[in-house]
Amino acid sequence: MKPRQQRMLAVGLTLAGLAVAAALAFRAVGDNMMFFVEISDVVAGNYPENRNFRIGGLVVNDSVKRELDSLEINFRVTDTRCELPVAYSGVLPDLFREGQGVVAHGRLGGDGIFKAEKIMAKHDEEYMAPEVAEQLAKHAADKMEAVASLSPEECRQS
Amino acid sequence: MWKYLTRLFHRFASPPHVYQLAGTLSPWLMIPGFLLIVWGTWKGLFLAPEDYQQGDAFRIIYVHVPSAYLSQMAYMVMATAGAIGLIWRMKLAHAVAASAAPLGAAFTFLTLTTGAIWGKPMWGTWFEWADPRMMSALVLLFLYFGYMALRAAIDDVAKADKASAMLAIVGVVNVVIVRYSVEWWSSLHQGQTLLTDEGPRMSEGMLAPLLVNLLGFTLIFGGWLLRRVRTEVLFRERRAAWVRKMMAAEGAHA
Repeated sequence: MKPRQQRMLAVGLTLAGLAVAAALAFRAVGDNMMFFVEISDVVAGNYPENRNFRIGGLVVNDSVKRELDSLEINFRVTDTRCELPVAYSGVLPDLFREGQGVVAHGRLGGDGIFKAEKIMAKHDEEYMAPEVAEQLAKHAADKMEAVASLSPEECRQS
Repeated sequence: MWKYLTRLFHRFASPPHVYQLAGTLSPWLMIPGFLLIVWGTWKGLFLAPEDYQQGDAFRIIYVHVPSAYLSQMAYMVMATAGAIGLIWRMKLAHAVAASAAPLGAAFTFLTLTTGAIWGKPMWGTWFEWADPRMMSALVLLFLYFGYMALRAAIDDVAKADKASAMLAIVGVVNVVIVRYSVEWWSSLHQGQTLLTDEGPRMSEGMLAPLLVNLLGFTLIFGGWLLRRVRTEVLFRERRAAWVRKMMAAEGAHA
């Protein structure tokens, strides 16, 4: 084998080895790389206790209740199967909306309400003008509704 | 035939020829690139409609997306040139790799900054440490810094070339992670808008300025890279006869 081919092989093997190492590492880390915990898991009791964690889901339609004289806000978050009540006090990001994705950082209280310290709004990858969005609203009506499909009892048992 | 091609390649890759060619080509990339960016940015900021959810805030996309694209593109140029330099012992390839690093770092910095400025009002956070997309982009910036620091730390150019090329090749894994992080994990960052199976998920009036800016940024990067390659070649060949001759001629004019 020529020296050049040896060097080519060395570079190729380095890359292949790295790819395998990275793949194994990510397989091992796996679920821990998730940015948030699913709502169904939280309701079923599978969440890290006594420390802060993140939940992610959709803000349930018509669930946002604001206090008139403070920054207190209450709403429910769903993964379309189960839902979880969330309490927060502070300024909400611009993209926070009912039916839109949201990530909340905080901990679960004894009363089953998630006390959020930080609220982050997740954006989708659609970009369009308001007029276009209005035209599309007809189709959007039969899109996924941000409501829970299972009853609270079913969620606690699953 | 093959011999003729290799000879042509060697002549093409000779330092004085590259120095000349890069100098001639650079303005042909830089000037159209600059004009495209002016046009695209003007269209993007004033003519494109506002977004149905984000309003005018979405317009930062016209800087953020081209920067993000080039932050990865520059890395691939750097790693590929490094690999070519290692395998074929080509000094010029190492000069290209060394020239690409600061440009890539600049675009990565721009990506992170514009992302944070947009993220605070829209997402409600400047930066999230646990987020795979944001974390891998930050690692990309540190890889560029590490690459430049490694080069600076080794005095012998040939040794610096080899060591930094290996680092660049190893770091390619991170570029793949940056690219697919939003698909593999649940990230706060939205998924792909432009490169999807169903085509771009963006209205035409918003998309056109973005494509113009993508092309403009790429041309500026190319032209700027050539300018840096020129300087790099000149420095590496500072003891060569052709550089001395050129310097002497310049001196005579001054």
